[in-house]
Amino acid sequence: MSDTKRPVLEVRNLSVTLPAGADRVHAVEKVSFTVNPGEIVCLVGESGSGKSVIAFTVMGLLAKALKPTSGEILLEGENILTVGETRLRELRCTRMSMIFQEPMTALNPVMTCGQQIDEVLETHTQLDQAARKAKIIAILDRVKLPEPERIYASYPHQLSGGQRQRIMIAMALVLDPVLLIADEPTTALDVTTQAEILKLIAELQTLEGTGVLFITHDFGVVAEIAHRVAVLRWGELVEMGPTEKILSRPEHGYTKMLISSVPSIHPAHRGVRKDGPTVLRTEKLGKTYSGNAFFQKARVVKAAVDVNLDIRRGETLGIVGESGSGKSTVARCIARLIDPSEGKIFLGDTEIATMKAGKLRPHRRRVQIVFQDPYRSMNPRITVGDSIIEGPMNFGLKREEALARARGLMETVRLDPNSLDRFPHQFSGGQRQRICIARALAMEPELLIADEAVSALDVSVQKQVLELLDEIRVRLNLAVLFITHDLRVAAQICDYVAVMSKGRVVEYGSAEQVFGAPKDDYTKALFAAAPGRHWEFGKFAA
Amino acid sequence: MSTITEEVVDSASIAAASTKRKSLWLTAIKNPNVIIGGTILLVMLMVAILAPFLGTVDPTRIDPAGRNKKPGAEITMRLDDGTTVKRVALMGTDSLGRDVYSRVLYGARVSLAVGVAVAIIAVAIGVVIGLISGYIRWLDGIIMRIMDGLMAIPGILLAIALVSIWRAGLITVIFAIVVPDVPRVVRLVRSIVLTVREEPYVEGAISVGTPSWVLMFRHILPNCVAPLIVQGTFLAAAAILVEAALSFLGIGIPPEIPSWGNIMAEGRTLFRVFPHNILYPGIFLAFTVLAINIMGDGLRDTLDPKMSKKV
Repeated sequence: MSDTKRPVLEVRNLSVTLPAGADRVHAVEKVSFTVNPGEIVCLVGESGSGKSVIAFTVMGLLAKALKPTSGEILLEGENILTVGETRLRELRCTRMSMIFQEPMTALNPVMTCGQQIDEVLETHTQLDQAARKAKIIAILDRVKLPEPERIYASYPHQLSGGQRQRIMIAMALVLDPVLLIADEPTTALDVTTQAEILKLIAELQTLEGTGVLFITHDFGVVAEIAHRVAVLRWGELVEMGPTEKILSRPEHGYTKMLISSVPSIHPAHRGVRKDGPTVLRTEKLGKTYSGNAFFQKARVVKAAVDVNLDIRRGETLGIVGESGSGKSTVARCIARLIDPSEGKIFLGDTEIATMKAGKLRPHRRRVQIVFQDPYRSMNPRITVGDSIIEGPMNFGLKREEALARARGLMETVRLDPNSLDRFPHQFSGGQRQRICIARALAMEPELLIADEAVSALDVSVQKQVLELLDEIRVRLNLAVLFITHDLRVAAQICDYVAVMSKGRVVEYGSAEQVFGAPKDDYTKALFAAAPGRHWEFGKFAA
Repeated sequence: MSTITEEVVDSASIAAASTKRKSLWLTAIKNPNVIIGGTILLVMLMVAILAPFLGTVDPTRIDPAGRNKKPGAEITMRLDDGTTVKRVALMGTDSLGRDVYSRVLYGARVSLAVGVAVAIIAVAIGVVIGLISGYIRWLDGIIMRIMDGLMAIPGILLAIALVSIWRAGLITVIFAIVVPDVPRVVRLVRSIVLTVREEPYVEGAISVGTPSWVLMFRHILPNCVAPLIVQGTFLAAAAILVEAALSFLGIGIPPEIPSWGNIMAEGRTLFRVFPHNILYPGIFLAFTVLAINIMGDGLRDTLDPKMSKKV
């Protein structure tokens, strides 16, 4: 990072305009920053901040509708905005490379991983086949993939998500580019895999002296990996500086707000156990999926095994786990959106696990669920008011009364009651999630299930929704079952935590117990992998 | 802190959400394919409706003196009261002396009626069966195997069988074409239902205790409308062709009702000498089917981006 070295990437005064009719004129406005050799620069921002647009502009991969209107992008002194398509193609992979968010879709499913990396070498080098293969095996080894020979001949679907992302990294680094652009490369991965990938990127770039432009929305990742941080908001660079300084002494109000919205990984001190009546109890709950195959042995997947949980009134129980751990299966069994294959579910004193659909209907309103994706959890064709009153009207409430209740609930979730006749697409993600909460509350449930309800939201919006959920829990004395993969969120909102892995509950106890002194090995590994766990966000130095 | 946060975030989110979704129907009627196809189709429809006022004579009127006239020939017609009038046979006359021009215009009525009726009936039946099949899982296997069976019946064979049981006529033809078409609609609707039923908003509706039939018609069915309109246009085009084929084979519309297929069938024997008997109904048939298909393509591109080639 010495000043004598020329920066790998220099972005000067870059502006990119959005097509007419968008919500703002510029996707990116007058942004300037540099990436030095051997340095990791993080672009941080919430959705719509323009961070991905910058990455795509640098790679020359911008969609036709977006146009860079001013400024220059210098890659080792060469202005990328003015060079032709041929030169750009030469530069890609040799001087600059990119890894994408979705390792599942970024690889071609009908080519072996080896062939896909080979394509890069074939296009950009004059090496013969044997030399190319040797080079590929070497890079596969360098990204720490086991048995490089086998991986070389494997198709993407035969590999795990983390392995696929390693293939992407191998492909990006095979020609030793000076600049690596990583667009949310770990967002789609589980936390333990994420930790490994972050470690790998950091190791490789120190070794090779590659400059890395790392795009993320996660301050945990920033604390883990970045040397310098640039904070973006609505396409403008708000603040830039060394990681240490930005995280502990941010100057701009927006940066402060953003960082203090990051939930702490240390559980908040919550009241002692309330001895309310038990709302939900599961006994040896299990769900087995089996494919019905006629001629071969049916494939059996045990999504949940022997799950015993209980929630009392006014309490929040969190289920934490990585993808495929069975946490959503448990939630959907309890809401009876799927039928459990074994075990019992007691809602109060009523056993609902084996209840027939007809008898179940009156009990449906007692359990309500809020889903992850705010864009798909409301029917786009009916107004939000109609969505909210649908449930109460199913149970015999008159339209006027239901609407009156809906207006009250809109106030509860801090939205304008007059916007009931609007359609879901007229609201933002956070607002929609609040409407979903209102819809659930309209049923006056005893148990509210939040299935990754804040995972799709930006951190500042997430904070509001979490605060709202907690406030509602206290006011209505609700029992809440909170499903999440995010340890920070779980630490802040849960009284009790159940950690799930491979369909089983591996650890179950109060949040302070589980987070403070985890007993199970898996739980320990999970906590050790949480990015930025050593950093206490939002405790700014004066 | 938190109150400031909220204001900042809300103003951002309102700005983000204020980008309006364009109405699909508005973009659909601006599509050039839809405009071209729709215009031709509209002209055909007007021709069919206004056939009596477009200088036609009774299409079933036989004139032994004026048989097999070439297009443009002047013929003398004897009216019922004994007087004679001269008129030009624009498209000639057939082997019984009937005016081909009048027959072609009146024939448009049958073709369009068959196309529209088949599309509407097949879609209506298919939607109901498809919804049930997609939504009630245990019925799915049974229904779909029946549909597979129906698809195996060739439309023309079915028509022959039906004509031998009932009488040849419009209803029989429509029925014979609808039966093998229904499974295509069922498959389409079922596949949409299977995807949409997994949407969180459908699950949300289930968990607030919405009865199944409301769920199907309020939350699931509207997703089928656009693809069904597209499918409907293609069904209509195919039905018009099949009707022509059936009538041509003499198992469709009875000979006393003019239809494009009938006219061509009658012209078949003298085709080498007097090609106009086949040429004119053929042109009308081709244009109508082409227009419907062009319009269907345009509708598909705008209403159903998943099926479109462009995206």
